[in-house]
Amino acid sequence: MTAIDTQMPARIGSLSNARVATILFAVAALIAIAKPILPDGLIRLPDWMILPWAPWLQAMFDFVREDLGLIYVTRTITAGLEFVLDTTGNILYGKHRWPYLGPISWASIVGASGVLGYWLGGTRLALIAGGTWVWTAVIGQWELAMETMSVIVVAAPIAVAIGVGMGIQAWRHRRVEVALRPILAVLQTLPFFTYLLPAVIFFKVGPTAAAVATIIFAIPPMILMTTLGLKKVSPDIVEAGQMSGSTRWQMLRHVYMPAARTEILVGVNQVIMLCLAMVVLTAFIGMPGLGAKLLAMMGSFKLGRSFEIGVTIVLIAVMLDRLSKAWIVKQPVHFEKGSPWSQRHFFLLAGIAAFVVLALLAWVVPYFHEVGRRQDLSMGKEIDFAIKWVLDIDAIQATTQWLRWFLNTKVLIPFRDSILWLPTPSAILLFSAAAYYVGGLRSALVIACFFGIVALTGWWDRSMITLYTVISAVILATILGIPLGIFASRNEKWSGRILLACDTAQTFPSFIYLIPAIMLFGVNDVAVIFSILIFAMVPLTRYTIEGLRGVPVELTEAADMAGSTRRQKLMHVQLPLALPTMAVGFNQAIMFAFFMVIIAAFIGTQDLGQELQRTLAGNELGKNFVLGTCVSVMALAFDHVIRRWVTDRKSALGLD
Amino acid sequence: MTDSQPVISCRNAWKIFGPDPEQFYANISADMSFEDMRAQGYIAGVRDVSVDVAKGEMLVIMGLSGSGKSTLVRCLSRLHDITAGSITVDGQDLGSLSEKELIELRRRKMGMVFQSFGLLPHRTVLENVAFPLEMRGQDKHERRKRALEVVELVGLSGREEYFPRELSGGQQQRVGIARSLAIEPDIWFLDEPFSALDPLIRREMQDEFLRLQEMLGKTIVFITHDFDEALRLADRIAIMKDGAVEQCDTPDQIVLNPATEYVTKFTEDIDKARVVHAGAIAKPVNGEPVMGTPVSSGKTIQDLARLLVDDTRDLIPVTSDDGTIMGNLDRVEALDILLR
Ligand SMILES: Nc1ncnc2c1ncn2[C@@H]1O[C@H](COP(=O)(O)OP(=O)(O)OP(=O)(O)O)[C@@H](O)[C@H]1O
Ligand SMILES: [Mg+2]
Repeated sequence: MTAIDTQMPARIGSLSNARVATILFAVAALIAIAKPILPDGLIRLPDWMILPWAPWLQAMFDFVREDLGLIYVTRTITAGLEFVLDTTGNILYGKHRWPYLGPISWASIVGASGVLGYWLGGTRLALIAGGTWVWTAVIGQWELAMETMSVIVVAAPIAVAIGVGMGIQAWRHRRVEVALRPILAVLQTLPFFTYLLPAVIFFKVGPTAAAVATIIFAIPPMILMTTLGLKKVSPDIVEAGQMSGSTRWQMLRHVYMPAARTEILVGVNQVIMLCLAMVVLTAFIGMPGLGAKLLAMMGSFKLGRSFEIGVTIVLIAVMLDRLSKAWIVKQPVHFEKGSPWSQRHFFLLAGIAAFVVLALLAWVVPYFHEVGRRQDLSMGKEIDFAIKWVLDIDAIQATTQWLRWFLNTKVLIPFRDSILWLPTPSAILLFSAAAYYVGGLRSALVIACFFGIVALTGWWDRSMITLYTVISAVILATILGIPLGIFASRNEKWSGRILLACDTAQTFPSFIYLIPAIMLFGVNDVAVIFSILIFAMVPLTRYTIEGLRGVPVELTEAADMAGSTRRQKLMHVQLPLALPTMAVGFNQAIMFAFFMVIIAAFIGTQDLGQELQRTLAGNELGKNFVLGTCVSVMALAFDHVIRRWVTDRKSALGLD
Repeated sequence: MTDSQPVISCRNAWKIFGPDPEQFYANISADMSFEDMRAQGYIAGVRDVSVDVAKGEMLVIMGLSGSGKSTLVRCLSRLHDITAGSITVDGQDLGSLSEKELIELRRRKMGMVFQSFGLLPHRTVLENVAFPLEMRGQDKHERRKRALEVVELVGLSGREEYFPRELSGGQQQRVGIARSLAIEPDIWFLDEPFSALDPLIRREMQDEFLRLQEMLGKTIVFITHDFDEALRLADRIAIMKDGAVEQCDTPDQIVLNPATEYVTKFTEDIDKARVVHAGAIAKPVNGEPVMGTPVSSGKTIQDLARLLVDDTRDLIPVTSDDGTIMGNLDRVEALDILLR
């Protein structure tokens, strides 16, 4: 600690952070112990302090919507967007709208995607791209998948365009960047229901609202990556551009943007993945497609069908991710001078050829145009049966039941009850004490302020349940994920494998994680925790591996030469150095958990997520925002403290 | 060779790097050393530099690594805004140009070859070379034709469609040269343009630039570490140290009369006989008799070595370019230089 302490500017008198934190902690404990004699107003905020935020916000929204006429603006946008979505809908799944051409036969899309995959990444990607669509069609989910895709193909380009535009502005004008930063931070922690409801209210239910929510959800990383990429352009080529007499626009168009290609494409990849994740979730606001079907199937406990849809979503996610990542690393290759047009555009021609030939084939053999109702190979019932059979095996049933019992009665319920039992001031002091320990006075004040907001909204108890769920799940994920990471980091082969698994798992839309949870534990708290746990384990494991493998070789060799055992080396050299990186993973795990806990409302939680889901039904925008704020500030609180710790730790260790 | 008005005129120019250069400049004293400044977190990239470059002149800048050569050239092209002083180009004050005027100036008059090449990674050789033409809106067909010409000139025919990463260092450098040749600017800034080239191509390129300078009267500021190259090309040489120009003069004067100790040391190992021309040490005739066949003033002492050893005259007449006698060469003095 000493190394860090000396760098802390904000201190009270000569007291160290640890000392102050202990005092705060003691006060918190005192208040908690004194609970029986405390007046009610100190246990929970008295009612008069809780202002009617929800109705006020509601009134404000109504004012903006009706009186300021925002609704007319959004209606215009809706009309435009709807037209575009109808068009893609018609082309992809034959929605009865202009231009009345579709649907394209699935075989054609398989062919064209296969060629695209081959161009981007050879046979392997060709198989992934073509294979995904073959599976989708053959299993009988083509139309669902196309409904989903018809929104993605519209939302992703719009999100990219807006994101790049704003990214350029942020890069040009420092003020824009400074203004955007907190907004983006909040946007990235807002629960997705808070994206959904305004979308529904301002834009029509269904695909249009889904597209809007998806676009807004996907923009932030595009802005960040664009700004990052533009900032990194090497001054060499900037100067070359200037000396060529480029105007500002020419510089941007011909020098900066192409030079920032990699970062911008990384942004595009993230946009695509977020779009997919969000489109699936927009099932909650009546967006048809894979998400809606999954929601329905899980709701009626048809696990076999849920599983199949899950596989389709996962395949599409992996495909989109691999294709866009291959695009990032694809370098232009030159053609010899004078090579003919057809050679330069070989793959374009091949793609068109594959498309046309397969379209003709589909015209002759209807199966290749559309897989009929009775022709699909769905085995939902059989899988259902298999799942039931497996779960009925005594050993498995005994294990899951014991786990459920143990977690519930020994861990979760006691933990939840105690966190709910704590008087509000005591809880806030407790959190601030932890923050003080890490980041000093400033952090403590920030945390107190954030949780103060939660208390003032009047949703304290629900928030604490959300918090308890997140913390329990992340702790369990840590217990499992970090040892897994440590194990994997020991050798090249396993690190590679586990990292690949993490990378792949990270591309899955979060909704997917509910499927195994429900399968194993049914519909209850343990399933909620389990789904969050696996979702949050991914970044934890991943950053553990990266942190440990990033430890400089000289240092581990020095430890070897000093005669340390494997264990000593791990404890005294590798872990301390890897800790900042691991903390970044921990932070991400917490952010993921806050995201997932809201989705888990679907299984039936009693926390903020559940209330948020209810606001959807009642169109209660005001309440929705209040609840969203609660989730967001709690997530931001963790984010603040962990980041602070990482920065301090890194400078103490002399890393970057 | 020299016109009355210089093309580039640089007066007491300063370029200071650091957190707040203007503030720092306002508070420095004249005798503050480079090290003192660095101790305060500032670096004088260019320090109180005054040089003029005449039309059609080739000024070569030399100096150790980090002495501020690139920085000075960047100031002359206004890639850097100077901290203090003034720079005029063709009578226009560089610092007061608007963005539009600056773009116009660079499009019409200036060209630069960069030390680090500065090739655009996403463009082929041909597209890189055509880039400045494209920026000034030249028509596609014409710029392609022009680009092909210069690509051939730098010996890269057959690689027009390659991307920079597919080329060797020397080939990349030639693309950079071709890019600036494509527009044949009036004022040329060349920052170690031939550093990565093999001797053969280097010589060809030097000849090409000499040809352009002589035929078209281009003004060139040239940075090099290679003294031989400087001698072949330079009308004048400027020697820099710690951002300041120690001496700016003809090669002869630099070796014969070094202005500072640093210049003496810098030129110590150079064979003076190869630098000094007969004209530079010729004394006015002053009524002395002019005897025998004269030598031309453009010959170096080394060129004249055999003659100096074999001849018996004390004074050898020297003719200037137009054939008139401009003075006498003291044979002993010349032999001293030769045999030093
Ligand atoms: N953008 C910059 N910011 C800060 N310092 C700089 C910058 N550019 C150059 N310098 C400093 O100015 C000094 C002169 O650099 P410059 O590039 O002009 O040297 P140079 O003479 O061209 O050297 P070389 O022969 O290695 O190319 C160096 O000390 C360098 O560190
Ligand atoms: Mg340089």
